[in-house]
Amino acid sequence: MSRIDRRFAALKAAGRTGLIPFVTAGDPSPEHMVALMHALVDAGADLIELGVPFSDPMADGPVIQHASERAIAKGVGLADVLGWVAAFRQRDADTPIVLMGYLNPIEIHGYARFAQEAVQAGVDGVLLVDCPLEESAVLQPLREAGLQQILLAAPTTEPSRMAQLCGSAEGFLYYVSFAGITGAAHLSTGDIAARVADVRARAKAPVAVGFGIRDAASAQAIAGFADAVVIGSALVERLVGAADAGDIAQRARAFLAPIRATLDKH
Amino acid sequence: MPEIRDFHAFPDAHGRFGQFGGSYVAETLMAPLAELTEAYLRLRDDPAFIAELDRDLKHYVGRPSPIYHAERLSQHVGGARILFKREDLNHTGAHKINNTVGQALVARNMGKTRIIAETGAGQHGVASATVAARLGLECVVYMGAVDIERQKINVYRMKLLGAEVVPVTSGSKTLKDALNEAMRDWVTNVADTFYIIGTVAGPHPYPLMVRDFNAIVGREARAQMLEEYGRLPDVLTACVGGGSNAIGLFHAFLNDAGVRIVGAEAAGEGIATGHHAASLAAGRPGVLHGNRTYVLCDDNGQITETHSISAGLDYPGVGPEHAFLKDAGRADYVGVTDDEAMEAFHLLARTEGILAALESSHAVAQAIKLARELPKDGIVLCNLSGRGDKDVHTIAAREGVEV
Ligand SMILES: Cc1ncc(COP(=O)(O)O)c(C=O)c1O
Repeated sequence: MSRIDRRFAALKAAGRTGLIPFVTAGDPSPEHMVALMHALVDAGADLIELGVPFSDPMADGPVIQHASERAIAKGVGLADVLGWVAAFRQRDADTPIVLMGYLNPIEIHGYARFAQEAVQAGVDGVLLVDCPLEESAVLQPLREAGLQQILLAAPTTEPSRMAQLCGSAEGFLYYVSFAGITGAAHLSTGDIAARVADVRARAKAPVAVGFGIRDAASAQAIAGFADAVVIGSALVERLVGAADAGDIAQRARAFLAPIRATLDKH
Repeated sequence: MPEIRDFHAFPDAHGRFGQFGGSYVAETLMAPLAELTEAYLRLRDDPAFIAELDRDLKHYVGRPSPIYHAERLSQHVGGARILFKREDLNHTGAHKINNTVGQALVARNMGKTRIIAETGAGQHGVASATVAARLGLECVVYMGAVDIERQKINVYRMKLLGAEVVPVTSGSKTLKDALNEAMRDWVTNVADTFYIIGTVAGPHPYPLMVRDFNAIVGREARAQMLEEYGRLPDVLTACVGGGSNAIGLFHAFLNDAGVRIVGAEAAGEGIATGHHAASLAAGRPGVLHGNRTYVLCDDNGQITETHSISAGLDYPGVGPEHAFLKDAGRADYVGVTDDEAMEAFHLLARTEGILAALESSHAVAQAIKLARELPKDGIVLCNLSGRGDKDVHTIAAREGVEV
């Protein structure tokens, strides 16, 4: 059983909704990245999504675009990201880590080389925004090395394709709550509930819902019908300008704590 | 790569040209792309659609465009005959309109009411605003802030045509960033919006569809060559930004093994300086803007900023079919510097009375080089993709002239 599978099994056994924060690797500060990851876990994260900075993040809104630009300006690359994961693993062997991003950095690094290094560092899965199921043959070396490919499903996904995604899902299936980019704020929970319930009934893996969740209120609205919620832009925004490890950890805790509390009330 | 007999058999059903092309997009766009592919493949064989497109190309765009023997230029160069396919004579002044007329008809057939486009030089933006005005569709054009500065005339033209021009300030503030922003708009507004991509890049079916709409250039040129010269040219050349005018000219000739094909990329200040946009000549295979192709990027996979005097060639990727033709050995891609393009621009102006677009001036420079290598009875056919009216301010500024 993979680390991701174990974590979702534990959540299910405890009757809890998972909390998945997203942060851009290297933002707000490369030096304090590992401290930030530990702070996320201390504040109640069940799994961490670590964004690999990319120059052309086509599916991201301004908040994550700018975080990416800041990290790239500081020279952050895939090797740094893997280094932080390895450092994090020295103290945390349980929290799953999924690298989220775009294909080109991995393509250029080399798929086989990346697969080997990522597993060695302690990465559990990848969520590659611009690599739909149809193009996933290139990820074969990742699968062979034991990395799980987190697939996305969207409101625009056709029923026949949804069946295919549900059947291929591993780790968890990431349901995008609306057609749009990250950081946009038009969550309408009414129709999401029905769609997620349907996906959840059919998916071979747990279903996490992301996009549009910004705070305790929006997390609570989703918590009733998802296995986990993903929160990205609002957290990244909250961390902008944080000065030192203490400040970063404090902001992460202050942001996640009320959300964790809301999820646990459920 | 195995030897390829029929270059017209590409792309396959997944939009792949060998290892290049495909649909590397977010899940949200998979359904809209499938819907677009289905609609386009249906319309492509629909006699009513074909007839309407032909009518528009003839009466609105002004096709066919002639091939023109540049006698004084050829004489000056002292080599083979240089012929130009005169896409600069089209309505709106470039080949870009061939594509936008076609995609606008597809948009209308699909019931879309809003057009979005990205633009670099502004030619594709103008061509999109033009067809949107004609069909009464709302039009939003994304344009890098840097390009807005260097292509002011086209920005104003788009506004006169009723389009909204949205400045893009992310990344390098040029064409690639405008494309990102247009994609973000599309993913947010897929229900009513049609994205007219301006070159043979992007996810499937765009490289196929944009190529098909521009392939009229080569079909006409091939027939004109046979009719007016009784033979095919020895070599074809065209400038390559995303590659739409180039593939437009090349496509009809791909299976004519005796016709050499050379694409001219922007070498900017020289490939060795790193300040260029020569993705094929100096890049490596990667994934950008929805397809696998040659890209300019660093060892971390970050797409690098490009440089060219011409905004329309300032792009770090290239259409996947060109990547395929390069690897198959069917076409060669070479760099032409800013200085060489400027020199060709002036030479063409003085010898033929034609102000070429800066993009096209790269092709003219390459045509001159090729003509020098061939005997006097040889023929170089060069795509003159657009006219230079939009560039007079850039040229004046570069040469220290106030206008
Ligand atoms: C006149 C002209 N030629 C060429 C290009 C480059 O595009 P492509 O390579 O798609 O033909 C442009 C782009 O704006 C253009 O305006």
